[in-house]
Amino acid sequence: MLKGMFTKPENLRIYWKELMHQCVELGIGSLGIVSIISVFIGAVSTLQTSYQFVSPIIPRSVIAQIVRDSVILEFAPTITCIVLAGVVGSKISSELGNMRVSEQIDALEIMGINTKAYLIFPKIMAALIMIPLLVILAMVLGIWGGRFVGDLTGILPHEIYDKGLIESFVPYNVNFALTKAYTFAFIITGIPAYFGYNVKGGALEIGRASTTAVVTSCIMILLADYVLAAILL
Amino acid sequence: MISIKNIQKGFSGKTIIENVSAEFETGKCNLIIGASGSGKTVLMKCLVGLIKPDSGEIMYNGDNFSRMNQDQRKEMRRKIGMLFQGSALFDSMTVEKNILFPLDMFSNQTKAEKQKRVDEVLDRVNLHDAHKKFPAEISGGMKKRVGIARAIVLNPEYLFCDEPNSGLDPQTSLVIDKLIKEITTDYNITTVVNTHDMNSVMEIGDKIMYMYQGKKEWEGTNQEIIFSKNDKLNNFIFASEFLKDAKDMRMLEIKGKIDNNRNMDEMLKS
Repeated sequence: MLKGMFTKPENLRIYWKELMHQCVELGIGSLGIVSIISVFIGAVSTLQTSYQFVSPIIPRSVIAQIVRDSVILEFAPTITCIVLAGVVGSKISSELGNMRVSEQIDALEIMGINTKAYLIFPKIMAALIMIPLLVILAMVLGIWGGRFVGDLTGILPHEIYDKGLIESFVPYNVNFALTKAYTFAFIITGIPAYFGYNVKGGALEIGRASTTAVVTSCIMILLADYVLAAILL
Repeated sequence: MISIKNIQKGFSGKTIIENVSAEFETGKCNLIIGASGSGKTVLMKCLVGLIKPDSGEIMYNGDNFSRMNQDQRKEMRRKIGMLFQGSALFDSMTVEKNILFPLDMFSNQTKAEKQKRVDEVLDRVNLHDAHKKFPAEISGGMKKRVGIARAIVLNPEYLFCDEPNSGLDPQTSLVIDKLIKEITTDYNITTVVNTHDMNSVMEIGDKIMYMYQGKKEWEGTNQEIIFSKNDKLNNFIFASEFLKDAKDMRMLEIKGKIDNNRNMDEMLKS
């Protein structure tokens, strides 16, 4: 399937339009869910870390450091992408599956269009562009969520939180998170596209393909998460 | 003209198409008829390259389609239009956008020229006020007409129609048949139609090929089909008692034995 995607586009303008359309669908379409999840993850991290920190020896600003690193290293890339695997993955798989079953993919083939290049490539490219941006947004909102809740509950005033955020900051962590984001972006779109594109049968099989695609993507994300952490950290 | 030689295709060890050879003539409606499961759709998908035959040759005006590389096939496919059984319209696009899509992809025309062409083909299939509607908002007959419009928008040399009348009422079927016939004649294209609708066979079947269990069983015109001595074909065409009686009536009429003053029973006995 991957090999078939890399051919000369029949019309570059149409492909560009499709890429932009997919960026909007995937990026703007997932903005809401990613924002909500990130804010809550940051908020809960602050509350739970604070709950576990009972020693007066450890400065309170360490809570902010833990929240920052947890969000950047794990929560923002991994949790966001697992959620996106469900949201985006099922959408891609069912969309392509429906097109296959209703002969729309055959109709495109008859027109002389490389359907793998036209239908799958823009989706993967859009994910590679938008998902790292969503992960960056998730990092920012996650950290902000922690700061907001710390202030709101009085557990951790924002002056201490801000001080903790800049202490022992390792910029490499952001690079590592983005490496994860690119890897997961490929998994989130490539696997559902494969299952959707190769659907045979009817409505039942489209549903099955979506479920299989989401489950496989989630497992692959967790596996890739472990492998990347083992190799790069 | 399209000619096929010894096309063979099987799935999971079961032969679906067995050594089928035929010629589909330009400017004519070439019909492939046969019962469900006789291999019509598989043969048509082999013809357009959606399924690769196990063996045999497909020639488009002398060019061997089976031996073309990917790029040559893509080039060739631009000369092909196809109407699918379920119309296969892009359901996220309006009727107008469905027809514009091949033009946007393959032509260098200006926006105004493309719009003019869309209006022309929609006019040709007698759809005047459906431009902005989505496929889900139009009837089955209209979907077929949009499918035909999309198939002819790039002026194809070959038109393939897979069961164009499936799911349509007899009156709408006649409209679609008439449209396919007119387009074939007007644009002088090679049309291949898959059908088991006997109305279509009699209305538009310039050349008919009957398939039975993956083999070509009979070939002829719509004038010859009624007199065929092929039992399998006769069983397929005259499946009901009513049609068998109708056939007897037609035979009597041809033999000049119908007398309006005699009742039908006497006529059939004679």
